[in-house]
Amino acid sequence: MTWVDAVVHGILLGGVYALLAAGLALMFGVMRIINLAHGSFALIGAYMALLLVEHVHISAYLALLPVLPGALIVGYVLQRSMLERSLRAGPLVPLLTTFGLLVVIANLLQEFFSPDVHSLDAGRIGSTAWNVTSSLAIPWFDALTLGVAFAVLGGLQLVLRYTQLGRELRATAEDAETAELVGVDARAVYARATAIAIATAALAGVFYGMRTSFDPNAGASELLFAFEAVVIGGIGSLWGTLWGGIVLGVAQNVGAQINPEYFALGGHVVFLAVLVGRSVLQVGRVRLLLLRRFA
Amino acid sequence: MSFTGVVVALVVVLAFGPVVLGANTQNNLIQLYFLVIMAMMWNALAGYGGLVSVGQQAFIGLGAYGAVFFSVQHGLNPYVSMLLATLVGGAVAIPIAAILLWLRGGAFAIATWVVAEAFAILVSLDPNPAIGGGTGTSALLPFNLRYTPDQRLHYTYWAALGAVAVLLVLVWVLLRSRLGGSLQAIRDDEEAAASLGVHVLLGKGILFVVAGAGCAAAGTIVLAWQLSILPLGPDSVFGINWTARMIFMVLVGGFGTFEGPIIGAVALYVLQTYGPNNGVWYFVLLGSIAIGFALLLPRGIWGTIQERFNVQLLPVGYRLRTGVDKV
Amino acid sequence: MNALLTVERLDVRHGLLPAVREVSLEIGDGETFALVGANGAGKTTLLRAIAGAHPPTAGRIVFGGKDVTRLPAHRRVKLGIALVPEGRRLFPNLTVEENLRVAGAARRTGAWTVDAVLDVFPLLQPLRRRPARTLSGGEQQATAIGRALMTNPRLLLLDEVSLGLAPVVVDGVYRAVSTLAESGTTIVLVEQDVSRALGVANRLACMLEGRVVLEGAPRELTREQVAEAYFGLRRRGATA
Repeated sequence: MTWVDAVVHGILLGGVYALLAAGLALMFGVMRIINLAHGSFALIGAYMALLLVEHVHISAYLALLPVLPGALIVGYVLQRSMLERSLRAGPLVPLLTTFGLLVVIANLLQEFFSPDVHSLDAGRIGSTAWNVTSSLAIPWFDALTLGVAFAVLGGLQLVLRYTQLGRELRATAEDAETAELVGVDARAVYARATAIAIATAALAGVFYGMRTSFDPNAGASELLFAFEAVVIGGIGSLWGTLWGGIVLGVAQNVGAQINPEYFALGGHVVFLAVLVGRSVLQVGRVRLLLLRRFA
Repeated sequence: MSFTGVVVALVVVLAFGPVVLGANTQNNLIQLYFLVIMAMMWNALAGYGGLVSVGQQAFIGLGAYGAVFFSVQHGLNPYVSMLLATLVGGAVAIPIAAILLWLRGGAFAIATWVVAEAFAILVSLDPNPAIGGGTGTSALLPFNLRYTPDQRLHYTYWAALGAVAVLLVLVWVLLRSRLGGSLQAIRDDEEAAASLGVHVLLGKGILFVVAGAGCAAAGTIVLAWQLSILPLGPDSVFGINWTARMIFMVLVGGFGTFEGPIIGAVALYVLQTYGPNNGVWYFVLLGSIAIGFALLLPRGIWGTIQERFNVQLLPVGYRLRTGVDKV
Repeated sequence: MNALLTVERLDVRHGLLPAVREVSLEIGDGETFALVGANGAGKTTLLRAIAGAHPPTAGRIVFGGKDVTRLPAHRRVKLGIALVPEGRRLFPNLTVEENLRVAGAARRTGAWTVDAVLDVFPLLQPLRRRPARTLSGGEQQATAIGRALMTNPRLLLLDEVSLGLAPVVVDGVYRAVSTLAESGTTIVLVEQDVSRALGVANRLACMLEGRVVLEGAPRELTREQVAEAYFGLRRRGATA
């Protein structure tokens, strides 16, 4: 693989991370919840699609039609039944709830689907590539994933900016109490946010399942990568999640280019560098401000 | 004073463990001890310092591998190596704190996880045969050259109990000191505390270093207990599973209380020892208990008891007396 | 008099500390009721309890005949209670227009729309698309009041609308308040500046340490009475 290859595939990989991270960013941005079970719901999406593919004999893409609305409902119920209560009990309690869910889901999946590895068929798109040059080939599926990530994040951004739900989400995220005082039902808003987040997780899971094989314990490292993408992009920014994913994907692939063992490490190093750099700039800016005021 | 006396007595009684208890029990108790240490450290960070770290396993692994490094590579006595590794853990925590403590909430948490993963990868890539790279390593040799298995068990038991006692005292002293007051102020309202001159970063930094050393100590005990360790995979000393256990113990036991993490560690220990043998159902039970507590007893066992019965056994923290209405 | 709002022996605490003690009030439909008192007297807490932001430990709140004591804040908004919080509490990164439209979610029938609000506060017209955090104090106050109006309230609760604003700006705010009062909106306003309060109110109550210590119409009360109540100069059991 050439360097150009590495960067291009890194960008495409960023699409995968961004798609997975969209829901994480939403839940953290609106509710300050770190959903440790986000990957678990992505996996459930993949397994549900698998069931439909195997028993109803439809394509994985078509399986999205029932899976996504189902995920919306699951997310809504999840918030109203468990996370809402956990949030009220304290900011760290959702960590415990989502940890419990992560463990229970992973093991129940193992019980019902066996630890065997499965995968979803991505159809013709999955096996063709665009041969840009003799050495660089862009798989259509990866490009599709990036496109879907773009659409999801762009769509979310549009919802946030132009719809009443979006205004309510933003207002509640900034000041939930005052939002209530102007008639916004914060709990319903949170539930809708979680519903959307879980639906994007399911979508990401199905795409993940089409991209690689999965088992009940899959996605542990990808979850961390998704979190890294959110943080690199800046918590609270949806487009940032896309950039964060791309930066991470490129960093990982460049790392792997240097040495195949440096894949994840490349991402981690860039992650820490970005954060440190940002802090330094922040501190520097504060110092500068203070100097200007008091010097 | 009464409860403090009970704790001291308990430690003294437990010290006689190797004399009266069977090997199996001692083995199990060692596990309980390092769980207690981990729970205490996570609680100190999150409950008293407001720092949610999901990367303390970085120090657990550092402690374990550090002990291997000093004993296997440099031929030092394994217990001396454990002590050195603990100190190294604390030392390494300093630059990490310098880098990470500027970060807020979620970014800080994820960053700690990333640091742990980075450590794990670096260790797995280490060509040093003593470290063993991706296939892991073992401290079997340094122990077996000097001690019989029985002796190793006894000494490890005492080392573990000693570490628990030292850290208990250390955390207690910290909380009762001026730092403790500052930390509670920071936890209640960081901005207000800072405006009063409380050196927020320094307080958090000290906590982070103590937690780093404490988790490293726990890591060295894990090494002495299971002898062989891995850098990667679900059972690795750098694994996220350790954090999962810490979250469980602290939140089930009672977050932000002194006694809570100890109770949580006991709870996890009981679950691990007497729970279902089947891996899947053990985890389902673990997860369900976590969810149950989050929904029904979010303040944890000790937090709920404290609230219901207005009890506080160890004199840390503050309580407002309700005599205000009587104007 | 038709009581729109009845507060019966309300007790509200901040954690362990009582802030409102056994307060009983009746606000009539169309009244402008002023609540005065020094800092910490419990006025803001009482307003927040009426709005639903602060659950009481004892007592009842009855609005339009309905017991709303246990009703969450957003449901009270749907019934017609709107609070303009102390310190404005606008959504800082939402624009003025978005701040107004977020409140429109309550979907009560009524005349207030974004355009109607901008008519009452023309200074906001050019600021429609500006993020709320870039506004001056007076502009923020206008937006905050407008936001409450968007819910078409029957009862408008104003908490310290003059706080931190220049007197000239406060004049403008109180002109708007008078207009609202004249149009029939029931208003309860909390004010530290007693003269302002006396200027717009039909009735007034003075709070001290969580209790109502004086109540009446401005024309019935002398300045001295109000000052005494405000500062607690004739407290029961006080030694001077």
